[in-house]
Amino acid sequence: MIKFTLRRLLSGAVLLLVVTSASFFLAHLAIGDPTAGLLGDSATPAQRAALREQLGLDRALLTQFWDWFSHAVQGDFGTSWRNFQPISDQIALRVPVTLSVVVAATLLAAVVGLAVGVATGLRPSGILARGLKLASVVLFALPGFWVSLVLVMVFAIKLQWFPAVGYVPLVHSGTGWLRSITLPSIALALGAIVMIAEQLRNGFLQVNNQDFVRTLRARGLSSRRVTLHVLRNASPAALTVLAVMFVGLLGGAIVVEIVFNLPGIGSLTQSASQIGDIPVLLGLTVVTVVFVVVINFLLDLVLGWVNPKVREQ
Amino acid sequence: MTDAAFPADITPSPGKQGLWARYLRRPAGVAALAVFLLVVLVGLFAPLIAPHDPNFVDFALTQTPPAPGHLMGGDSAGRDIFSRLLFGARTTLYGAAVACLAGVALGVPAGVAAGYFGGPADRICSWISDAAQSVPGMIVLLIVAAGTGGDFTVLMVTVGAFMAPGYYRMSRSKTLAVRNEPYIDAARVAGLTHTKILYAHVLRAVHAPVIIQSALTAGVAMGMQAGLQFLGIGTASNPNWGQMMNDGFRTMLTHPLILLWPSAALGVTIAALAFMGSTLGDLVSVRTEPVSRRARPAAPPRDEGARSGDLVHAVEDSALRVENLRVTYRTPDGDKQVVRGVCLDVAPGEVLGIVGESGSGKSQTVFSTLDLLPAEGHSTADGVWIAGRPVGDLPRAKRHALLGTRIGYVPQEPMSNLDPCYTIGNQLVEPLRAVHELSKDEAKERARAILVRVGITDPERVLASYPHQISGGMAQRVLIAGAVAGNPSLLVADEPTTALDVTVQAEVLELLRELQQEYGMALVIVTHNFGVVADICDRVAVMKDGKIIETGPVDQIFTQPGDPYTAELIHASQDDTESRAELDAAWNKAGRTVRT
Repeated sequence: MIKFTLRRLLSGAVLLLVVTSASFFLAHLAIGDPTAGLLGDSATPAQRAALREQLGLDRALLTQFWDWFSHAVQGDFGTSWRNFQPISDQIALRVPVTLSVVVAATLLAAVVGLAVGVATGLRPSGILARGLKLASVVLFALPGFWVSLVLVMVFAIKLQWFPAVGYVPLVHSGTGWLRSITLPSIALALGAIVMIAEQLRNGFLQVNNQDFVRTLRARGLSSRRVTLHVLRNASPAALTVLAVMFVGLLGGAIVVEIVFNLPGIGSLTQSASQIGDIPVLLGLTVVTVVFVVVINFLLDLVLGWVNPKVREQ
Repeated sequence: MTDAAFPADITPSPGKQGLWARYLRRPAGVAALAVFLLVVLVGLFAPLIAPHDPNFVDFALTQTPPAPGHLMGGDSAGRDIFSRLLFGARTTLYGAAVACLAGVALGVPAGVAAGYFGGPADRICSWISDAAQSVPGMIVLLIVAAGTGGDFTVLMVTVGAFMAPGYYRMSRSKTLAVRNEPYIDAARVAGLTHTKILYAHVLRAVHAPVIIQSALTAGVAMGMQAGLQFLGIGTASNPNWGQMMNDGFRTMLTHPLILLWPSAALGVTIAALAFMGSTLGDLVSVRTEPVSRRARPAAPPRDEGARSGDLVHAVEDSALRVENLRVTYRTPDGDKQVVRGVCLDVAPGEVLGIVGESGSGKSQTVFSTLDLLPAEGHSTADGVWIAGRPVGDLPRAKRHALLGTRIGYVPQEPMSNLDPCYTIGNQLVEPLRAVHELSKDEAKERARAILVRVGITDPERVLASYPHQISGGMAQRVLIAGAVAGNPSLLVADEPTTALDVTVQAEVLELLRELQQEYGMALVIVTHNFGVVADICDRVAVMKDGKIIETGPVDQIFTQPGDPYTAELIHASQDDTESRAELDAAWNKAGRTVRT
């Protein structure tokens, strides 16, 4: 188990290293000279050269990379090129907002997806199962922000059950916080819910046909107990989808946050990309990839617990 | 070697009718296709059908409601929404097409190569694909957008790159599946080059899934595209739905219609693609949909045809008695009766063998006495008695309460009959606690004792093991232990030795006989092997085509088979043993170099 854990941690670290360095070079090569974006079109060449020197952009790219990397591993992502604020502070301020929404969406997807998946798995041709099939076809492809707009129109503007925009921090008001993240979380979670439910339903169909289920029944176990066995066998695929969905949710959150005007990493990412603020973009990339690595690691632990064969690989 | 006709003849054809012919019979698919074609036509001919220049600004038109001449009114900048919507279809389709092409170009060749050649190529490509899935695409898209000044085509190529893992995994698994088909080996042996095999066989297997994947990918790409445009990225002078949605979003409170039009267009287009993809997917994968309770086969008529088999014990003296059992299965070609009017009984302490070739209905007979037929099956009988009591008309729950208490079941295939996710100990203890209401310690003690009884020398290790950590013979002992743990009066064994090694078979059979005598159980053993019958059975019922054609004591069946079919079966199993012996002899003679 220790070996298993260490290996997963190592592969996570490698992924983090590869993705962040790739992002560094991609950003620098794609953006080229960011001073145009930072200073605007009216800047003179001399002003731009001065800024380049100030930002250290006149150095060799590898030197810049090493400089950034050696600080980044200590959690220091430098300062924003626009307002010279420390990036770590800005991100730390915004991460709780995004995490609130994404974690709430993930929990929602896991719980509701599990419930719908089990219900449809037990009655694979019931009304709920037909509804799920229809919903999974459509909701898989519809983007989160599209769903957000619909939710805002119906629940925030027509029915006025929830605020249309804005964020209330948890420390200010628990119910206010919950109300402010409800619609964004639902908008993000809907697609994931149907995907997870669909995976579970298919898993149930497959596992139900396996011999050991009949043998468990022949031992006299109740339907409820047999269902628990089936669920455990059917869950790895759904768990994997959940982890993939989490990555998608992080990306989707960027647009959804803007729809709901939430001060998360979404608006920071958008503004940083518009002016070519590379250090901010890189800091955001590192943070998101760290989340992904952590989630994948947790998934591996859970998968290892669910399926004993995985542990030995 | 000619390389013409040969491949085409052996490749399994996907169906009798063409895919498109079958597709056109699905109403949902046709509707989705019609909507999608409409969008395509609108996109193609937007310049011809749009009533206005989509970028022409008329301040008088700003945020006006729909009116003749301006079917959907004007947007916040005073442009005709209807015309912009038509031109937006163009942008949407172009972006989706670019993303799909990029995804196919990056994912499919890599997937086919990884699946076909395997080895390092497979590992490297799969790692890259997994890694790409862990990268939040939106951030990379924003970096690319910042670098390229929001160049739409480059952005959509990037979107396609993030779709490539989907194509990669799909084409890799399809290629792997084809690669393991014997006809690929045959083609290789026949001298076809890799290129020709890839072209003739692999592409054929991959192309339909690629189309399906593209329908889904196109939908997702449209969503991402609109998301980017909504953020104000990639908005060139071309009208597009995402930017229109942003415009509507900002005036949502006062002019909700401006938001409604592009949202509806995007939603309907994506939904159409999703339905096309899912309809095609259903047609290609031919997934077996489950049978609902209502769709179960009709109960087989009770009196159709003659009964078969003999009843030799009085009802009250029997451990199991079945009268006129009929089992019907629902198949695509209609209901099919697989057991026709079977009668049999077995007394406590007696061993009854049910013999027949595969498909004769012997296992179905057993499953219906246990009431464990799959959903497609349905059984009726004039009566079923367990331990002299009628159970045929008991409600399902009461009937199932007999399982694990009165009736023990030993399955055929040991490895697939243990739950891979739980330890052996867990699987033995759970029924003892849940069904027999033993305490945790009692149940563990009983499980250990019963494992020792079935001949397992290190019960502690086996109790702590998972099914994949023990051998097949040991797994069968575990299953036998599970079957007798509840002290049943009737033990039902379905081909209990078929899946085992020859040496283990005799031991397991011996164990079953010992346990049967020790517990005084009635044993019903299903087998196709007359060796097993001779070894263990008191009486035999021979089945053919769902009927019992002969019942009798073992000695009589062997010495004077009453039916020519029985004689044939006995003869066949003797033939089998001879040929086996000959093979072994040949193997030994060849210095054990010949693999049998």
